[in-house]
Amino acid sequence: MSHYQIEANNITFIYPDGHQALKDISFTLSQRESIGIIGANGAGKSTLLLLLLGILFPNEGTISVGGLPVTKKTLPHIREKIGLAFQNPDDQLFMTTVYDDVAFGPRNYKLNEDEVEKRVVQALEIVGILHLKTRAPYKLSGGEKRAAAIASVLSMHPDILILDEPTNALDPKSRRRLINLLSTFNHPKIIATHDLDMLFNLCERTIILKDGQIMADGLTTDLLADETLMTLCNLEVPLSIQNCSTCTYKHML
Amino acid sequence: MHMADALITPIVGGTMWISTAGIATYSIKKLRLNLDEKKVPLMGVMGAFVFAAQMINFTIPGTGSSGHIGGGLLLAIILGPYAGFLTMASILTIQALFFADGGLLSLGCNIINLGFYTCFITYPYIYKRILNKGYTRLRLFTAAMIASIIGLQLGSFSVVIETLLSGKTELPFSSFLLLMQPIHLAIGIIEGLVVASVVDFIWNTKSEIIENTAINKPIGVIGFKKILIILIIITALTGGILSRFASSNPDGLEWSMFKVSGQEELEANGPLYETLSTLQTKTAFLPDYAFKNTEVDKSTSFAGLVGGFLTLLLVLSMGFILKRFKKRKKVNC
Amino acid sequence: MVNIAEALDNIRLLDALGEEKSTVHALHPLAKLFVTLVFLIIVISFSKHEISALLPMVLFPTIIITLADLPVLPLMKRVLIVLPLVIGIGIFNPLLDHRPMVSLGAITLSYGWISFISIMIKCLLTVITSLILIATTGMTNIALALRKLKVPKIFVLQLLLTYRYITVLMEEVILTTTAYALRSSGIKGIHFKHWGSLLGQLLIRTIDRAQRVYTSMCCRGFDGNYNTGTMPTLVAKDYIFMLFWTLFFIITRSFNLPMLLGTILTGVYP
Repeated sequence: MSHYQIEANNITFIYPDGHQALKDISFTLSQRESIGIIGANGAGKSTLLLLLLGILFPNEGTISVGGLPVTKKTLPHIREKIGLAFQNPDDQLFMTTVYDDVAFGPRNYKLNEDEVEKRVVQALEIVGILHLKTRAPYKLSGGEKRAAAIASVLSMHPDILILDEPTNALDPKSRRRLINLLSTFNHPKIIATHDLDMLFNLCERTIILKDGQIMADGLTTDLLADETLMTLCNLEVPLSIQNCSTCTYKHML
Repeated sequence: MHMADALITPIVGGTMWISTAGIATYSIKKLRLNLDEKKVPLMGVMGAFVFAAQMINFTIPGTGSSGHIGGGLLLAIILGPYAGFLTMASILTIQALFFADGGLLSLGCNIINLGFYTCFITYPYIYKRILNKGYTRLRLFTAAMIASIIGLQLGSFSVVIETLLSGKTELPFSSFLLLMQPIHLAIGIIEGLVVASVVDFIWNTKSEIIENTAINKPIGVIGFKKILIILIIITALTGGILSRFASSNPDGLEWSMFKVSGQEELEANGPLYETLSTLQTKTAFLPDYAFKNTEVDKSTSFAGLVGGFLTLLLVLSMGFILKRFKKRKKVNC
Repeated sequence: MVNIAEALDNIRLLDALGEEKSTVHALHPLAKLFVTLVFLIIVISFSKHEISALLPMVLFPTIIITLADLPVLPLMKRVLIVLPLVIGIGIFNPLLDHRPMVSLGAITLSYGWISFISIMIKCLLTVITSLILIATTGMTNIALALRKLKVPKIFVLQLLLTYRYITVLMEEVILTTTAYALRSSGIKGIHFKHWGSLLGQLLIRTIDRAQRVYTSMCCRGFDGNYNTGTMPTLVAKDYIFMLFWTLFFIITRSFNLPMLLGTILTGVYP
């Protein structure tokens, strides 16, 4: 058995309409590691996440999760291991109460109702919204929705967490709260995002995608500060690093 | 066009409920045959779409008036007839529960009127037949137009029949028909145009949505004949049994005013009558104001009026007292 | 149901009420559903020329509204919106049936008017009671009751999904129509030319959303089966609730209680 949590070997994916979304992608995720995946719109981030969960299958190459190859047969096991929090919590919270939503996964794995309740309460406590358990999803604020969506993933007791744009559409305070929450998790994580400042807080390693290919894979602090690389990938050096240069630049004008 | 509970009798409501349940069960069976778990979320979200889309105002050029879509035909086109029918059923259930738009007992009537004719009659026999010859814009508009007009005509005809069978209205059949059908002709034309424009747009931008249901066709003619036969048999059977029960039990379901106006019970029950009359002399606060010499008709109406008024007063004051009592209890806590 | 923002408010209100806690809310949803259905059947089974005998039925909504602390005005507003539809058909009765039925002093009421009033009362009672059911139970619990009645899981899940996404899609429709209105200089509604594209775009977004919802269900082990939690069982108070009201309804249906009361009080007996 491999010691990697996720292992992707030379994966290529072409959509039915002929659009090549990913080209020869290889990377590994080891225990206790967190990877940030960044790239301009359409670089292939979302496609990559869908492949990891076996929602799409690569045209070429293989993926394994926790030592298991991702195939149609192993899907139930794969999806027990990986928890994916969607970009839009409204897509993830499809039941009529927060409780039922968080319980949806455990119930599908036929746990008895006492165990389900234990897991739901535990997951809601972790994200700090136990008091909202009977609330309807549409009555939650953006931050609460995000927390509920993450709880619905945690209740499955996943080994790996995958988050798609977790800070999307959050106000600054909710965003900070979420980042603090995520930093308390010990799971290996993959976070696809445009929020580059968040990566400094959460991921020591970053992968940059451009047009379906890996442009760089290395330490977050190195990559994000590399102005040539960032510009080449249609990205921008985060303000938190470029502050001084910006000031001087503006000053010179 | 949604039937209200107040306009039907239990027999009509019950019959339509059982027919709806029959068709829904059959549809679920049919759906499971080509098991497609993807369809459940699609049905759910599509139901919400139609629910919301029904509230969009479509203005008719040059007239200043506007219309809405019903949704049955559109659902059948996107989801196929079986899933379309089930989705329509859940839309109408939510409308009945949250908006009292159509009642709970008349829900069966409404599901048949708005879901059955569109999904199981006009979609397969008109819309599909016309478009099976190949897609052209003209064919699409003709198909959608005819299908939704006929669907709505059948639906409103059903409303007429259900209301008349319930006997709550004095309107004669012909005038009721004249009242309902032309209005629904206009509604049908608008709906047809909206459905055709939407399908046309989707055909040109994302045709696979529609092709999927077209290819995935369990729509053998036999299936539909079966459904029709099921509907007719269930309706005839339950309707027949229920109305027999009603007519053999005049005291059961179909009571008339005269039988329950009070006289019979009072006359029939000797001991009760005596107790009541002694009670009456003790409690009557209007003993001299009796209409003993006038016609019984007037006096009983008067008694009914007084009694009815007092009943309402009694009921409302019970509510009021309960409220006071609850408040005090809360304060004590 | 024309104004979409109002419809949204209505759903939110009923939803919020359904979450309240009261003796009525605490009853088993199945018990409430059962009593509501018996109530409705009994109400509409009264003959069309019956008024006085119907009145004791008012007790049920009155008691439930009081016990559950429901606000009366918003519920009544809903009734007023539905009423015109029923008036539309009912109003023909007084116009067509002039046979005198009862006379009180100078006023003579025809069969037509009596049946019209009777229909109005029935409408009021049935609408209020249906709304009370959802306002004291909530959609999630209604779904639970349906499962208990052996309604197929697939239908229940689909019903819940529709209910869940109504608010999401209504908001989307509000945004879309507002964006349209802002750029269409005061034209009311959607112009013919844009019917297809406006509704079509919405539809395509809806289908994409359904795809994402499906994906998210799959990620959490969905295999076409809908697994609900264990359902609470009916307890003594639920049975008492059902028994009491059913008995009351049957008695009301069998004896014209107001007429009895009136007969006693006015001293008029045949």
